[in-house]
Amino acid sequence: MRVWKFSDNIDTDAIIPGRFLTIYDPKELAKHAFEGTRDEYAKKVKPGDIIVGGKNFGCGSSREHAPLALLGGGVKVIVAQSFARIFFRNSINTGVLPVVCKEADRIADGQKITLNIKKGFLEADGRQFPIEPVPEFMQGIIDAGGLVEYAKNLPEVPVCTKSQR
Amino acid sequence: MGATIVEKIFSRKCGRDIRAGEVVMTPLDGAMIHDITGPLAIQKFYEMGGTKVFDPRRVIMLFDHQIPADSIAAAENHVYMRRFAVEQQIHNYDIREGVCHQVVVEKGRAAPGEIVVGADSHTCMYGAAGAFATGVGSTDMGFALKYGALYFKVPETIFAEVSGKFPKRVGAKDLILSIAADIGADGATYQAIQFAGKTISKLDMAGRMTCCNMAIEMGAKAGIVEPDKITWKYMKARRSLKPFALASDKDADFIDKRTYDVSAMEPQVAVPHNVDTGVPVSTVAGIPVDQVFIGSCTNGRFEDLEEAAAVVGKKKFSSNVRVIIIPASRDEYLKALRAGFIEKFVKAGALVEAPCCGPCMGGAFGLLAPGEVSLSTSNRNFKGRQGSTEGKVYLCSPSTAAASAITGVITDPREV
Repeated sequence: MRVWKFSDNIDTDAIIPGRFLTIYDPKELAKHAFEGTRDEYAKKVKPGDIIVGGKNFGCGSSREHAPLALLGGGVKVIVAQSFARIFFRNSINTGVLPVVCKEADRIADGQKITLNIKKGFLEADGRQFPIEPVPEFMQGIIDAGGLVEYAKNLPEVPVCTKSQR
Repeated sequence: MGATIVEKIFSRKCGRDIRAGEVVMTPLDGAMIHDITGPLAIQKFYEMGGTKVFDPRRVIMLFDHQIPADSIAAAENHVYMRRFAVEQQIHNYDIREGVCHQVVVEKGRAAPGEIVVGADSHTCMYGAAGAFATGVGSTDMGFALKYGALYFKVPETIFAEVSGKFPKRVGAKDLILSIAADIGADGATYQAIQFAGKTISKLDMAGRMTCCNMAIEMGAKAGIVEPDKITWKYMKARRSLKPFALASDKDADFIDKRTYDVSAMEPQVAVPHNVDTGVPVSTVAGIPVDQVFIGSCTNGRFEDLEEAAAVVGKKKFSSNVRVIIIPASRDEYLKALRAGFIEKFVKAGALVEAPCCGPCMGGAFGLLAPGEVSLSTSNRNFKGRQGSTEGKVYLCSPSTAAASAITGVITDPREV
Protein backbone atom coordinates (compact mmCIF):
# COMPACT_ATOMS: atom_id res chain seq x y z
CA MET A 1 0.00 0.00 0.00
CA ARG A 2 1.93 2.97 -1.24
CA VAL A 3 1.41 6.26 -3.03
CA TRP A 4 2.28 6.56 -6.70
CA LYS A 5 2.75 10.28 -7.15
CA PHE A 6 2.11 11.97 -10.49
CA SER A 7 2.29 15.56 -11.72
CA ASP A 8 -0.38 17.91 -13.15
CA ASN A 9 -2.32 17.19 -16.37
CA ILE A 10 -1.80 13.42 -16.46
CA ASP A 11 -3.70 12.52 -19.63
CA THR A 12 -5.46 9.31 -20.54
CA ASP A 13 -2.95 8.64 -23.33
CA ALA A 14 -0.28 8.44 -20.61
CA ILE A 15 -2.45 6.20 -18.41
CA ILE A 16 -3.11 3.81 -21.29
CA PRO A 17 -1.67 4.51 -24.77
CA GLY A 18 -3.92 4.36 -27.86
CA ARG A 19 -2.36 1.20 -29.25
CA PHE A 20 -3.80 -0.88 -26.38
CA LEU A 21 -7.40 0.19 -26.79
CA THR A 22 -8.53 -3.05 -28.42
CA ILE A 23 -8.06 -4.60 -24.96
CA TYR A 24 -10.95 -4.40 -22.48
CA ASP A 25 -9.78 -6.78 -19.74
CA PRO A 26 -8.62 -4.66 -16.76
CA LYS A 27 -5.82 -7.09 -15.82
CA GLU A 28 -4.42 -7.06 -19.37
CA LEU A 29 -4.73 -3.28 -19.59
CA ALA A 30 -2.90 -2.96 -16.26
CA LYS A 31 0.20 -4.51 -17.83
CA HIS A 32 0.48 -1.45 -20.08
CA ALA A 33 -0.54 1.32 -17.65
CA PHE A 34 1.79 4.32 -17.95
CA GLU A 35 3.86 2.43 -20.53
CA GLY A 36 6.56 4.67 -21.92
CA THR A 37 6.08 7.39 -19.34
CA ARG A 38 6.57 5.45 -16.08
CA ASP A 39 7.50 1.86 -16.86
CA GLU A 40 8.18 0.74 -13.28
CA TYR A 41 4.53 1.36 -12.36
CA ALA A 42 3.02 -1.66 -14.13
CA LYS A 43 5.74 -3.93 -12.76
CA LYS A 44 5.48 -2.84 -9.14
CA VAL A 45 1.90 -1.69 -8.50
CA LYS A 46 0.19 -3.73 -5.78
CA PRO A 47 -3.46 -4.12 -4.79
CA GLY A 48 -4.45 -1.29 -2.49
CA ASP A 49 -1.87 1.16 -3.80
CA ILE A 50 -3.12 4.70 -4.25
CA ILE A 51 -2.44 7.06 -7.13
CA VAL A 52 -1.95 10.70 -6.24
CA GLY A 53 -2.07 13.26 -9.02
CA GLY A 54 -1.92 17.03 -9.24
CA LYS A 55 -4.37 19.19 -11.16
CA ASN A 56 -6.56 17.96 -14.05
CA PHE A 57 -5.86 14.26 -13.56
CA GLY A 58 -7.21 12.12 -16.40
CA CYS A 59 -7.59 14.84 -19.00
CA GLY A 60 -8.05 14.03 -22.68
CA SER A 61 -9.84 11.07 -24.19
CA SER A 62 -13.08 9.52 -22.90
CA ARG A 63 -11.51 6.04 -22.93
CA GLU A 64 -12.78 4.07 -19.98
CA HIS A 65 -9.73 1.89 -20.49
CA ALA A 66 -7.93 4.46 -18.29
CA PRO A 67 -9.67 3.81 -14.96
CA LEU A 68 -9.91 0.11 -15.92
CA ALA A 69 -6.13 -0.07 -16.40
CA LEU A 70 -5.67 1.31 -12.89
CA LEU A 71 -8.37 -0.92 -11.42
CA GLY A 72 -6.74 -3.95 -13.06
CA GLY A 73 -3.60 -3.26 -11.04
CA GLY A 74 -5.60 -3.18 -7.82
CA VAL A 75 -5.87 0.61 -7.49
CA LYS A 76 -9.26 1.55 -6.08
CA VAL A 77 -8.58 5.12 -4.98
CA ILE A 78 -7.15 8.07 -6.89
CA VAL A 79 -6.44 11.29 -5.04
CA ALA A 80 -5.85 14.51 -6.98
CA GLN A 81 -6.10 18.28 -6.62
CA SER A 82 -8.63 18.17 -9.44
CA PHE A 83 -9.93 15.73 -12.04
CA ALA A 84 -10.91 16.04 -15.68
CA ARG A 85 -14.68 15.64 -15.94
CA ILE A 86 -15.06 12.51 -18.09
CA PHE A 87 -12.35 10.62 -16.20
CA PHE A 88 -13.99 11.52 -12.88
CA ARG A 89 -17.31 10.11 -14.02
CA ASN A 90 -15.73 7.05 -15.63
CA SER A 91 -13.90 6.29 -12.38
CA ILE A 92 -17.07 6.36 -10.32
CA ASN A 93 -18.91 4.31 -12.94
CA THR A 94 -16.26 1.60 -12.95
CA GLY A 95 -15.80 1.44 -9.18
CA VAL A 96 -12.65 3.51 -8.69
CA LEU A 97 -13.05 6.29 -6.13
CA PRO A 98 -11.75 9.70 -7.24
CA VAL A 99 -10.96 11.82 -4.19
CA VAL A 100 -10.44 15.55 -4.52
CA CYS A 101 -7.79 16.87 -2.11
CA LYS A 102 -6.68 20.43 -2.82
CA GLU A 103 -3.42 19.80 -0.98
CA ALA A 104 -2.56 16.58 -2.83
CA ASP A 105 0.59 18.28 -4.09
CA ARG A 106 1.97 17.99 -0.55
CA ILE A 107 1.77 14.21 -0.59
CA ALA A 108 5.01 12.49 -1.65
CA ASP A 109 5.73 9.41 -3.75
CA GLY A 110 6.01 6.21 -1.73
CA GLN A 111 4.16 7.55 1.32
CA LYS A 112 1.36 5.67 3.01
CA ILE A 113 -2.13 7.16 3.04
CA THR A 114 -5.18 6.41 5.11
CA LEU A 115 -8.55 7.76 4.04
CA ASN A 116 -11.27 8.90 6.41
CA ILE A 117 -14.06 9.69 4.00
CA LYS A 118 -16.77 10.13 6.65
CA LYS A 119 -14.73 12.69 8.54
CA GLY A 120 -13.53 14.33 5.33
CA PHE A 121 -9.78 14.01 5.55
CA LEU A 122 -6.87 11.82 4.56
CA GLU A 123 -3.71 11.22 6.52
CA ALA A 124 -0.33 11.04 4.81
CA ASP A 125 2.88 10.64 6.76
CA GLY A 126 1.15 11.71 9.99
CA ARG A 127 -0.32 14.90 8.46
CA GLN A 128 -4.02 15.45 7.82
CA PHE A 129 -5.37 16.99 4.61
CA PRO A 130 -9.05 17.82 3.98
CA ILE A 131 -10.85 16.01 1.15
CA GLU A 132 -13.99 17.10 -0.67
CA PRO A 133 -17.25 15.14 -0.57
CA VAL A 134 -18.38 13.40 -3.76
CA PRO A 135 -21.33 15.12 -5.54
CA GLU A 136 -24.56 13.90 -3.98
CA PHE A 137 -26.10 12.39 -7.11
CA MET A 138 -23.03 10.24 -7.63
CA GLN A 139 -23.02 8.79 -4.13
CA GLY A 140 -25.76 6.31 -5.05
CA ILE A 141 -23.60 4.96 -7.86
CA ILE A 142 -20.59 4.63 -5.54
CA ASP A 143 -22.72 2.91 -2.89
CA ALA A 144 -23.94 0.42 -5.51
CA GLY A 145 -20.36 -0.33 -6.53
CA GLY A 146 -20.52 1.32 -9.95
CA LEU A 147 -23.05 2.26 -12.59
CA VAL A 148 -23.60 -1.29 -13.87
CA GLU A 149 -24.70 -2.50 -10.44
CA TYR A 150 -26.73 0.67 -9.96
CA ALA A 151 -28.57 0.16 -13.26
CA LYS A 152 -29.08 -3.59 -13.04
CA ASN A 153 -32.27 -3.44 -11.05
CA LEU A 154 -33.50 -0.13 -12.31
CA PRO A 155 -36.62 -0.61 -14.45
CA GLU A 156 -36.78 3.04 -15.49
CA VAL A 157 -35.14 6.34 -14.73
CA PRO A 158 -36.69 9.59 -13.46
CA VAL A 159 -36.43 11.59 -16.67
CA CYS A 160 -36.86 15.34 -16.13
CA THR A 161 -39.75 15.64 -18.60
CA LYS A 162 -41.85 13.00 -16.79
CA SER A 163 -41.37 14.52 -13.35
CA GLN A 164 -43.20 17.61 -14.60
CA ARG A 165 -46.39 15.85 -15.51
CA MET B 1 -31.70 37.23 -14.62
CA GLY B 2 -31.59 35.85 -18.15
CA ALA B 3 -30.45 32.39 -19.18
CA THR B 4 -27.48 31.06 -21.13
CA ILE B 5 -28.03 29.07 -24.31
CA VAL B 6 -27.08 25.92 -22.41
CA GLU B 7 -29.64 26.59 -19.66
CA LYS B 8 -32.22 27.21 -22.37
CA ILE B 9 -31.49 23.91 -24.11
CA PHE B 10 -32.01 22.00 -20.85
CA SER B 11 -35.09 24.09 -20.00
CA ARG B 12 -36.67 23.34 -23.40
CA LYS B 13 -35.94 19.66 -22.99
CA CYS B 14 -37.29 19.36 -19.47
CA GLY B 15 -40.21 21.76 -19.85
CA ARG B 16 -39.26 23.95 -16.91
CA ASP B 17 -36.75 26.63 -16.02
CA ILE B 18 -33.41 24.98 -15.41
CA ARG B 19 -30.29 26.75 -14.24
CA ALA B 20 -26.59 25.89 -14.09
CA GLY B 21 -25.73 23.64 -11.18
CA GLU B 22 -28.93 21.62 -11.32
CA VAL B 23 -28.61 17.87 -11.80
CA VAL B 24 -31.17 16.50 -14.23
CA MET B 25 -31.88 13.13 -15.80
CA THR B 26 -32.24 14.32 -19.37
CA PRO B 27 -33.64 12.47 -22.39
CA LEU B 28 -31.20 12.17 -25.28
CA ASP B 29 -31.69 13.04 -28.92
CA GLY B 30 -28.70 11.01 -29.99
CA ALA B 31 -25.99 8.66 -28.77
CA MET B 32 -22.85 7.95 -30.82
CA ILE B 33 -20.57 4.92 -30.52
CA HIS B 34 -17.43 4.03 -32.51
CA ASP B 35 -15.08 1.08 -32.78
CA ILE B 36 -12.87 1.92 -29.78
CA THR B 37 -15.39 2.75 -27.06
CA GLY B 38 -18.43 1.02 -28.60
CA PRO B 39 -17.66 -2.62 -27.76
CA LEU B 40 -17.30 -1.80 -24.06
CA ALA B 41 -20.47 0.31 -24.12
CA ILE B 42 -22.40 -2.60 -25.64
CA GLN B 43 -20.95 -4.98 -23.06
CA LYS B 44 -22.03 -2.60 -20.26
CA PHE B 45 -25.50 -2.28 -21.83
CA TYR B 46 -25.90 -6.06 -21.57
CA GLU B 47 -24.41 -6.21 -18.06
CA MET B 48 -27.01 -3.64 -16.98
CA GLY B 49 -29.69 -6.03 -18.17
CA GLY B 50 -30.31 -4.15 -21.42
CA THR B 51 -32.13 -6.07 -24.13
CA LYS B 52 -33.39 -3.33 -26.46
CA VAL B 53 -31.78 0.05 -27.04
CA PHE B 54 -34.00 3.01 -26.18
CA ASP B 55 -34.49 4.01 -29.82
CA PRO B 56 -32.45 2.50 -32.67
CA ARG B 57 -33.03 5.60 -34.81
CA ARG B 58 -31.23 7.74 -32.27
CA VAL B 59 -28.17 5.52 -31.99
CA ILE B 60 -25.33 6.49 -34.30
CA MET B 61 -22.79 3.75 -35.01
CA LEU B 62 -19.67 3.83 -37.14
CA PHE B 63 -16.04 2.75 -37.21
CA ASP B 64 -13.25 5.30 -37.69
CA HIS B 65 -10.35 4.67 -35.32
CA GLN B 66 -9.01 1.39 -36.66
CA ILE B 67 -10.19 1.09 -40.24
CA PRO B 68 -9.86 -0.95 -42.30
CA ALA B 69 -9.18 -3.27 -39.35
CA ASP B 70 -5.49 -2.97 -38.51
CA SER B 71 -5.38 -6.05 -36.28
CA ILE B 72 -7.38 -9.18 -35.61
CA ALA B 73 -8.51 -7.69 -32.31
CA ALA B 74 -9.86 -4.62 -34.13
CA ALA B 75 -11.60 -6.83 -36.69
CA GLU B 76 -13.24 -8.76 -33.84
CA ASN B 77 -14.47 -5.51 -32.30
CA HIS B 78 -15.99 -4.51 -35.63
CA VAL B 79 -17.74 -7.89 -35.92
CA TYR B 80 -19.09 -7.57 -32.37
CA MET B 81 -20.56 -4.14 -33.14
CA ARG B 82 -21.99 -5.21 -36.50
CA ARG B 83 -23.85 -8.03 -34.76
CA PHE B 84 -25.24 -5.57 -32.23
CA ALA B 85 -26.38 -3.26 -35.05
CA VAL B 86 -28.26 -6.12 -36.74
CA GLU B 87 -29.75 -7.35 -33.47
CA GLN B 88 -30.90 -3.87 -32.45
CA GLN B 89 -31.79 -2.64 -35.95
CA ILE B 90 -29.36 0.27 -35.68
CA HIS B 91 -28.15 1.87 -38.90
CA ASN B 92 -24.40 1.25 -38.96
CA TYR B 93 -22.27 3.54 -41.14
CA ASP B 94 -19.50 0.96 -40.60
CA ILE B 95 -16.17 1.97 -42.19
CA ARG B 96 -17.75 3.86 -45.07
CA GLU B 97 -18.35 7.42 -43.92
CA GLY B 98 -15.41 8.86 -42.01
CA VAL B 99 -14.56 10.34 -38.62
CA CYS B 100 -17.46 10.05 -36.18
CA HIS B 101 -17.91 13.71 -35.28
CA GLN B 102 -17.79 14.93 -38.85
CA VAL B 103 -20.31 12.27 -39.85
CA VAL B 104 -22.74 13.11 -37.01
CA VAL B 105 -22.82 16.78 -37.97
CA GLU B 106 -22.83 16.37 -41.75
CA LYS B 107 -25.61 13.76 -41.63
CA GLY B 108 -27.66 16.20 -39.56
CA ARG B 109 -27.78 13.89 -36.54
CA ALA B 110 -27.19 16.74 -34.12
CA ALA B 111 -29.34 19.86 -34.48
CA PRO B 112 -29.98 23.13 -32.66
CA GLY B 113 -31.42 22.57 -29.19
CA GLU B 114 -30.76 18.84 -29.18
CA ILE B 115 -28.86 16.98 -26.48
CA VAL B 116 -26.44 14.40 -27.84
CA VAL B 117 -23.80 12.26 -26.17
CA GLY B 118 -20.96 10.37 -27.76
CA ALA B 119 -18.51 7.85 -26.38
CA ASP B 120 -15.64 10.09 -27.43
CA SER B 121 -14.33 13.27 -25.85
CA HIS B 122 -14.54 15.41 -28.99
CA THR B 123 -18.33 14.99 -29.12
CA CYS B 124 -18.40 18.62 -27.97
CA MET B 125 -17.95 19.49 -31.67
CA TYR B 126 -21.70 19.23 -32.31
CA GLY B 127 -22.08 22.55 -30.49
CA ALA B 128 -21.23 24.05 -33.87
CA ALA B 129 -24.68 22.85 -34.96
CA GLY B 130 -26.28 24.50 -31.91
CA ALA B 131 -26.63 21.24 -30.00
CA PHE B 132 -25.53 20.55 -26.44
CA ALA B 133 -23.18 17.66 -26.95
CA THR B 134 -20.69 16.04 -24.63
CA GLY B 135 -18.35 13.08 -24.46
CA VAL B 136 -19.00 10.23 -22.04
CA GLY B 137 -17.31 6.96 -21.12
CA SER B 138 -18.47 3.53 -22.14
CA THR B 139 -20.43 2.71 -18.97
CA ASP B 140 -22.37 5.99 -19.18
CA MET B 141 -22.96 5.13 -22.85
CA GLY B 142 -24.25 1.67 -21.88
CA PHE B 143 -26.69 3.42 -19.55
CA ALA B 144 -27.64 5.88 -22.31
CA LEU B 145 -28.29 3.03 -24.76
CA LYS B 146 -30.55 1.31 -22.24
CA TYR B 147 -32.55 4.26 -20.92
CA GLY B 148 -32.15 6.98 -23.55
CA ALA B 149 -31.32 9.39 -20.77
CA LEU B 150 -28.37 10.41 -18.66
CA TYR B 151 -27.66 12.49 -15.57
CA PHE B 152 -26.26 15.90 -16.40
CA LYS B 153 -25.05 18.58 -14.10
CA VAL B 154 -26.05 21.62 -16.12
CA PRO B 155 -22.83 23.56 -16.64
CA GLU B 156 -22.07 27.22 -16.22
CA THR B 157 -20.94 28.97 -19.37
CA ILE B 158 -17.85 30.96 -20.31
CA PHE B 159 -18.69 33.61 -22.91
CA ALA B 160 -15.81 33.91 -25.37
CA GLU B 161 -16.41 36.95 -27.56
CA VAL B 162 -14.28 37.13 -30.67
CA SER B 163 -13.87 40.23 -32.82
CA GLY B 164 -11.74 41.31 -35.75
CA LYS B 165 -11.06 40.05 -39.24
CA PHE B 166 -8.65 37.13 -39.64
CA PRO B 167 -5.41 38.18 -41.35
CA LYS B 168 -4.35 36.18 -44.41
CA ARG B 169 -3.62 32.50 -43.61
CA VAL B 170 -4.84 32.84 -40.02
CA GLY B 171 -8.08 31.13 -39.10
CA ALA B 172 -10.24 29.16 -36.67
CA LYS B 173 -7.47 26.76 -35.60
CA ASP B 174 -5.15 29.62 -34.71
CA LEU B 175 -7.99 31.21 -32.77
CA ILE B 176 -8.84 28.09 -30.77
CA LEU B 177 -5.18 27.37 -30.00
CA SER B 178 -4.82 30.89 -28.63
CA ILE B 179 -8.07 30.58 -26.64
CA ALA B 180 -6.81 27.26 -25.19
CA ALA B 181 -3.54 28.92 -24.21
CA ASP B 182 -5.51 31.69 -22.50
CA ILE B 183 -8.08 29.55 -20.66
CA GLY B 184 -5.68 26.68 -19.90
CA ALA B 185 -5.95 22.88 -20.03
CA ASP B 186 -8.36 22.79 -17.07
CA GLY B 187 -9.68 26.34 -17.17
CA ALA B 188 -13.16 25.32 -18.30
CA THR B 189 -13.58 22.04 -16.41
CA TYR B 190 -17.28 21.27 -15.84
CA GLN B 191 -18.22 24.38 -17.83
CA ALA B 192 -19.42 25.12 -21.35
CA ILE B 193 -17.76 27.61 -23.67
CA GLN B 194 -19.95 29.72 -25.91
CA PHE B 195 -18.07 31.09 -28.91
CA ALA B 196 -19.65 34.38 -29.95
CA GLY B 197 -19.00 37.80 -31.41
CA LYS B 198 -18.76 39.24 -34.91
CA THR B 199 -15.91 36.96 -35.99
CA ILE B 200 -17.85 33.84 -35.05
CA SER B 201 -21.04 35.12 -36.76
CA LYS B 202 -19.04 35.35 -39.98
CA LEU B 203 -17.21 32.06 -39.49
CA ASP B 204 -18.31 29.12 -41.64
CA MET B 205 -19.54 25.82 -40.18
CA ALA B 206 -16.13 24.21 -40.69
CA GLY B 207 -14.43 26.87 -38.56
CA ARG B 208 -17.10 26.67 -35.89
CA MET B 209 -16.60 22.90 -35.75
CA THR B 210 -12.85 23.40 -35.28
CA CYS B 211 -13.50 25.71 -32.32
CA CYS B 212 -16.18 23.60 -30.63
CA ASN B 213 -14.15 20.41 -31.22
CA MET B 214 -11.34 21.69 -29.04
CA ALA B 215 -13.48 22.91 -26.11
CA ILE B 216 -12.58 19.64 -24.35
CA GLU B 217 -8.91 20.65 -24.50
CA MET B 218 -9.77 23.25 -21.86
CA GLY B 219 -11.68 20.64 -19.86
CA ALA B 220 -15.04 21.95 -21.08
CA LYS B 221 -18.14 19.80 -21.08
CA ALA B 222 -19.39 21.45 -24.25
CA GLY B 223 -18.57 24.12 -26.80
CA ILE B 224 -21.43 25.91 -28.48
CA VAL B 225 -22.25 28.55 -31.08
CA GLU B 226 -25.71 30.11 -31.21
CA PRO B 227 -27.60 28.82 -34.23
CA ASP B 228 -27.89 31.59 -36.83
CA LYS B 229 -28.47 31.90 -40.57
CA ILE B 230 -25.32 29.92 -41.32
CA THR B 231 -26.38 27.08 -38.99
CA TRP B 232 -29.95 26.88 -40.25
CA LYS B 233 -28.80 26.96 -43.87
CA TYR B 234 -26.47 24.05 -43.11
CA MET B 235 -29.26 22.17 -41.32
CA LYS B 236 -31.78 22.81 -44.09
CA ALA B 237 -29.83 20.59 -46.46
CA ARG B 238 -29.87 17.79 -43.87
CA ARG B 239 -33.03 17.80 -41.80
CA SER B 240 -36.52 19.17 -42.15
CA LEU B 241 -36.50 21.50 -39.20
CA LYS B 242 -38.23 24.79 -38.62
CA PRO B 243 -35.75 27.43 -37.46
CA PHE B 244 -36.40 28.80 -33.98
CA ALA B 245 -34.69 31.31 -31.75
CA LEU B 246 -32.05 29.88 -29.42
CA ALA B 247 -29.61 32.31 -27.89
CA SER B 248 -28.15 33.38 -24.58
CA ASP B 249 -29.95 36.34 -23.04
CA LYS B 250 -27.98 39.56 -22.81
CA ASP B 251 -28.26 39.48 -19.01
CA ALA B 252 -27.44 35.78 -18.73
CA ASP B 253 -25.30 34.77 -15.79
CA PHE B 254 -21.98 33.80 -17.37
CA ILE B 255 -19.29 32.48 -15.07
CA ASP B 256 -16.69 34.37 -17.10
CA LYS B 257 -16.51 36.64 -20.11
CA ARG B 258 -13.43 36.76 -22.26
CA THR B 259 -12.67 38.80 -25.35
CA TYR B 260 -10.36 37.98 -28.21
CA ASP B 261 -9.32 40.07 -31.19
CA VAL B 262 -8.01 38.18 -34.20
CA SER B 263 -7.08 41.15 -36.37
CA ALA B 264 -3.39 41.05 -35.44
CA MET B 265 -3.21 37.33 -34.66
CA GLU B 266 -0.22 35.32 -35.90
CA PRO B 267 -0.51 31.66 -36.90
CA GLN B 268 -0.35 29.63 -33.68
CA VAL B 269 1.49 26.43 -32.82
CA ALA B 270 0.92 24.36 -29.66
CA VAL B 271 4.20 22.85 -28.51
CA PRO B 272 4.69 19.43 -26.84
CA HIS B 273 3.22 17.96 -24.66
CA ASN B 274 0.09 19.97 -23.81
CA VAL B 275 -2.54 21.67 -25.90
CA ASP B 276 -2.62 24.94 -23.94
CA THR B 277 0.90 25.89 -25.01
CA GLY B 278 0.07 27.85 -28.16
CA VAL B 279 2.75 30.31 -29.29
CA PRO B 280 3.11 32.42 -32.43
CA VAL B 281 4.66 30.35 -35.22
CA SER B 282 7.69 32.67 -35.30
CA THR B 283 8.70 31.31 -31.85
CA VAL B 284 9.13 27.76 -33.17
CA ALA B 285 9.91 28.42 -36.86
CA GLY B 286 12.82 26.38 -38.19
CA ILE B 287 12.26 23.23 -36.11
CA PRO B 288 12.67 20.22 -38.49
CA VAL B 289 9.65 17.93 -38.84
CA ASP B 290 9.56 14.24 -39.84
CA GLN B 291 5.83 13.90 -40.40
CA VAL B 292 3.01 16.29 -41.23
CA PHE B 293 -0.59 15.21 -40.73
CA ILE B 294 -3.47 17.21 -42.21
CA GLY B 295 -6.81 15.75 -41.20
CA SER B 296 -8.88 14.63 -38.13
CA CYS B 297 -12.24 15.77 -36.78
CA THR B 298 -10.58 19.09 -35.95
CA ASN B 299 -9.24 19.98 -39.40
CA GLY B 300 -10.10 17.41 -42.06
CA ARG B 301 -12.91 19.25 -43.81
CA PHE B 302 -13.08 20.59 -47.37
CA GLU B 303 -12.33 24.12 -46.13
CA ASP B 304 -9.21 22.86 -44.34
CA LEU B 305 -8.00 21.00 -47.40
CA GLU B 306 -8.75 24.10 -49.51
CA GLU B 307 -6.61 26.16 -47.13
CA ALA B 308 -3.75 23.65 -47.43
CA ALA B 309 -4.10 23.44 -51.22
CA ALA B 310 -3.87 27.23 -51.52
CA VAL B 311 -0.53 27.16 -49.71
CA VAL B 312 0.76 24.22 -51.75
CA GLY B 313 0.05 25.77 -55.14
CA LYS B 314 2.41 24.11 -57.59
CA LYS B 315 5.08 23.39 -55.01
CA LYS B 316 6.33 19.97 -53.90
CA PHE B 317 6.53 18.66 -50.36
CA SER B 318 9.99 18.20 -48.85
CA SER B 319 11.43 14.74 -49.46
CA ASN B 320 12.48 14.72 -45.79
CA VAL B 321 8.87 14.79 -44.64
CA ARG B 322 6.16 12.13 -44.67
CA VAL B 323 3.01 14.04 -45.52
CA ILE B 324 -0.24 12.26 -44.60
CA ILE B 325 -3.51 13.89 -45.65
CA ILE B 326 -6.84 12.40 -44.62
CA PRO B 327 -10.23 13.98 -45.41
CA ALA B 328 -12.56 13.77 -42.41
CA SER B 329 -15.37 12.08 -44.31
CA ARG B 330 -16.40 10.56 -47.61
CA ASP B 331 -18.38 13.71 -48.49
CA GLU B 332 -15.43 15.96 -47.72
CA TYR B 333 -13.16 13.62 -49.69
CA LEU B 334 -15.43 13.83 -52.75
CA LYS B 335 -15.64 17.62 -52.55
CA ALA B 336 -11.84 17.88 -52.35
CA LEU B 337 -11.48 15.39 -55.17
CA ARG B 338 -13.77 17.39 -57.46
CA ALA B 339 -11.95 20.61 -56.60
CA GLY B 340 -8.64 19.05 -57.64
CA PHE B 341 -7.05 19.23 -54.17
CA ILE B 342 -6.42 15.51 -53.89
CA GLU B 343 -4.54 15.40 -57.19
CA LYS B 344 -2.54 18.43 -56.11
CA PHE B 345 -1.59 16.77 -52.81
CA VAL B 346 -0.64 13.48 -54.43
CA LYS B 347 1.46 15.25 -57.08
CA ALA B 348 3.18 17.25 -54.34
CA GLY B 349 4.19 13.99 -52.68
CA ALA B 350 1.53 13.37 -50.03
CA LEU B 351 0.02 10.08 -48.98
CA VAL B 352 -3.76 10.62 -49.13
CA GLU B 353 -5.65 8.08 -47.03
CA ALA B 354 -9.33 7.18 -46.92
CA PRO B 355 -11.39 9.00 -44.24
CA CYS B 356 -10.51 7.84 -40.69
CA CYS B 357 -8.83 9.14 -37.52
CA GLY B 358 -5.37 8.28 -38.85
CA PRO B 359 -2.25 9.17 -36.85
CA CYS B 360 -4.32 11.12 -34.28
CA MET B 361 -5.46 7.82 -32.86
CA GLY B 362 -1.88 6.80 -32.05
CA GLY B 363 -2.37 3.14 -32.75
CA ALA B 364 -3.57 2.46 -36.26
CA PHE B 365 -0.84 3.85 -38.52
CA GLY B 366 1.46 6.83 -39.01
CA LEU B 367 3.22 6.34 -35.67
CA LEU B 368 6.35 8.19 -34.58
CA ALA B 369 9.69 6.61 -33.69
CA PRO B 370 11.60 7.89 -30.64
CA GLY B 371 13.05 11.32 -31.36
CA GLU B 372 10.75 12.05 -34.29
CA VAL B 373 8.70 15.22 -34.68
CA SER B 374 5.16 15.45 -36.01
CA LEU B 375 3.34 18.61 -37.02
CA SER B 376 -0.37 17.91 -36.95
CA THR B 377 -3.68 19.65 -37.53
CA SER B 378 -5.35 17.33 -35.00
CA ASN B 379 -6.31 18.21 -31.44
CA ARG B 380 -3.86 16.57 -29.04
CA ASN B 381 -0.11 16.62 -28.60
CA PHE B 382 0.17 14.56 -25.42
CA LYS B 383 3.31 12.52 -24.90
CA GLY B 384 2.92 9.34 -26.94
CA ARG B 385 -0.29 10.48 -28.61
CA GLN B 386 1.06 9.62 -32.08
CA GLY B 387 3.38 6.75 -31.17
CA SER B 388 6.61 6.80 -29.16
CA THR B 389 6.54 8.70 -25.89
CA GLU B 390 9.92 10.01 -26.98
CA GLY B 391 8.36 11.57 -30.08
CA LYS B 392 7.08 15.14 -30.20
CA VAL B 393 3.80 16.46 -31.59
CA TYR B 394 3.19 20.10 -32.50
CA LEU B 395 -0.34 21.29 -33.37
CA CYS B 396 -1.20 23.90 -35.98
CA SER B 397 -3.59 24.98 -38.75
CA PRO B 398 -3.81 23.36 -42.20
CA SER B 399 -1.99 26.41 -43.69
CA THR B 400 0.96 26.12 -41.30
CA ALA B 401 1.06 22.32 -41.77
CA ALA B 402 1.13 22.68 -45.58
CA ALA B 403 3.80 25.39 -45.50
CA SER B 404 5.98 23.30 -43.17
CA ALA B 405 5.50 20.19 -45.32
CA ILE B 406 7.00 22.14 -48.22
CA THR B 407 10.03 23.46 -46.35
CA GLY B 408 10.61 20.53 -43.98
CA VAL B 409 10.75 22.83 -40.96
CA ILE B 410 8.03 24.61 -39.01
CA THR B 411 7.20 27.55 -41.24
CA ASP B 412 5.00 30.64 -41.16
CA PRO B 413 2.45 30.03 -43.94
CA ARG B 414 2.59 33.72 -44.89
CA GLU B 415 6.21 33.27 -45.95
CA VAL B 416 5.75 30.44 -48.44
